[in-house]
Amino acid sequence: MSLLEIKNLHVKVESHEILKGINLTVNSGELHSIMGPNGSGKSTLAQVLARRENYLVTAGEILYDGKDLLSLKPEEAAAEGIFMAFQYPVEIPGITNVYFLRSALNAVRKHRALEEMDAMDFLPMFREKMKLLEMDEKLMNRSVNEGFSGGEKKRNEILQMAVLEPKLAILDETDSGLDIDALKIVAKGVNALRSVERSMIVVTHYQRLLNYIVPDFVHVLVNGRIVRSGGPELALELEEKGYVDAERQALAV
Amino acid sequence: MITAAQQLESYLGSFSRLEKQAAWSGLSWWRKLREDAFARFTEVGFPTPHDEDWRFTNVSAIAQTPFQLAGKESGRVSPEDLERWRVPGAACQLVFVNGRFSSELSRTGKLPAGVTASSLAEQFTKDPKVLELHLGRYLDIRRDAFSALNTAFTADGAYVHIPKGVVAGDPIYLLFVSTGNNEPLMTHPRNLIVAEEESQASVVEDYVSLNAGAAFCNTVTELVAGDSSVISHYMIEREDPQAFNVSTLRIQQGRSANVASHSVLLGGGLVRNNVHPVLAGEGAECLINGLFIGNGRQHLDNYMLVEHASPHCDSRQFYNGILDGRARGVFHGRIVVHKDAQKTDAKQTNRNLLLSDDAQIDTKPQLEIYADDVKCTHGATIGQIEENALFYLRSRGIDEVSARKLLLLAFANECLDRMKQDSVRTYLEALMNRHLFQVANSVPVARTDRGEDQGRNWEELG
Repeated sequence: MSLLEIKNLHVKVESHEILKGINLTVNSGELHSIMGPNGSGKSTLAQVLARRENYLVTAGEILYDGKDLLSLKPEEAAAEGIFMAFQYPVEIPGITNVYFLRSALNAVRKHRALEEMDAMDFLPMFREKMKLLEMDEKLMNRSVNEGFSGGEKKRNEILQMAVLEPKLAILDETDSGLDIDALKIVAKGVNALRSVERSMIVVTHYQRLLNYIVPDFVHVLVNGRIVRSGGPELALELEEKGYVDAERQALAV
Repeated sequence: MITAAQQLESYLGSFSRLEKQAAWSGLSWWRKLREDAFARFTEVGFPTPHDEDWRFTNVSAIAQTPFQLAGKESGRVSPEDLERWRVPGAACQLVFVNGRFSSELSRTGKLPAGVTASSLAEQFTKDPKVLELHLGRYLDIRRDAFSALNTAFTADGAYVHIPKGVVAGDPIYLLFVSTGNNEPLMTHPRNLIVAEEESQASVVEDYVSLNAGAAFCNTVTELVAGDSSVISHYMIEREDPQAFNVSTLRIQQGRSANVASHSVLLGGGLVRNNVHPVLAGEGAECLINGLFIGNGRQHLDNYMLVEHASPHCDSRQFYNGILDGRARGVFHGRIVVHKDAQKTDAKQTNRNLLLSDDAQIDTKPQLEIYADDVKCTHGATIGQIEENALFYLRSRGIDEVSARKLLLLAFANECLDRMKQDSVRTYLEALMNRHLFQVANSVPVARTDRGEDQGRNWEELG
């Protein structure tokens, strides 16, 4: 059975239709990349999957693990195993990184009828995952994302993913603003988390990230529709020709 | 409701009755002061919103309620009643029932040698000389009617004395219990805290109600911080929503004295919190830190008057407010820099979260600078819980109420983190945790019909 099935999804923000009939199926263990120019609707799709409430779904449905995803609140979706790495991670002064993540993990564990993890069990695991992302331990007791560099914020997103162990991870332009060293660390972290039980959707504007995180499938999103789908080679083609061809095709549809 | 003439008659009756029974009845210096104070009160009466310092707070409800002066045996309290207000880690706990010291309910524990923490009435009988040096010397009875009223009606309160060089590590804890009564009572606790030079101490004042009901507590604390002393003062207001509480903390700071005033206002219906430090000695430092959390129809007014009277003094004011329901908050931050107070460094910040459309905050900075080499800054913000932050937490699995509570706690922690007395801070953190859960729970769930991301919503005011 497929993990995620998006059928004919139409989404409005205020009065603008952003997504105009998306169809996408993601099976367990697959990594799909969604590429597209600015304003094509990539981030909207990511946010709808994470259940942000500012979007109005006017048609279509999303089945996640056989359930109606659109009926879930963000925290319920998270507890069911959906995780989105934010394009712009939010700074939360006054809450430490470690406190935040332990609260999140325990909320998710509670939903899954698992015992809460105390600090004694949590900290060694947390330190281990920080090593994977090559993060300075000092960031652990700092407020969430406050005063973090761009690279530290993105690594912190992947760290959260490593701790929460989702079934479906959506990375929303996790590569944007990263230098090549930071990009490699993030990619290493993501690759370490790839498994047959975990699917990923990697949303990106540039092909560069896909040199390090090799997708199984690439989809091109233009003007609210997926206009082409293919294998990793499609990303390379886009890199060469740009989105112009794809956009022309979209207009022809 | 009573008329002004009835009100005056009632206060006059209480004034004369107290004269006969009070501990200080033989002391002419105090009698003179209280007579002046009462004359002042009869002259000016209660303030009205026409008075600039009371523009945002209407006290006519206090003026119109026929409050009776609490007598000696005005309420019964058992030790069990107080269990929930015992603070772990305190050096001692003095209990005042309707403003009167109760030795049976108090716990005098492990005070360092030479430190006194006792009843003011007792001190009046035992050794009034030390009181004469300080009591009433700093408070200006002409500043407002409540200061005059307190001086006129002083019956009891706490007397704390820290001798030179003594470090009292554990907090001295003063619990003021209002019993609540069918008949509305008024109490005028008067506290004197004298910290001699190079001493160190923390004092907590905690105001609570045993039962519901209208009560009027008008308290004054004079805190004398000697040269190079390090003193922290905590004020916790968590009385019944029908209670009126006016408190005035008058701080007199000597050379290089370091004082921190922390206020946490959670309870009371109409609360006025006056903090008035005078940085009289060179190099003195003052931190004025506060958190006020209002709900329902609570009115929480914070009036700060920071006087820089000597060179090289620093003052820092940080007040955070969280207002829900129809609650109204006030932050009035006045900084006066006297002519000779060069190199003054004064800073003031007031941040507010409004959780409902009907909650309201009035924030007013006021700088009066008569010196020419000073640094004074002020700023105020008003905002809501950030939708962005809320979604971020929820997207990680934290449910909406918990996410809201976490964000409120983070906002409150800005104030709690400035409290350096570990046992008091830990106690207040736990208190805040419970209190903010209720606040987070009462806020309506985020509207889903809102079509846009409101993002950061801070409005810079100053």
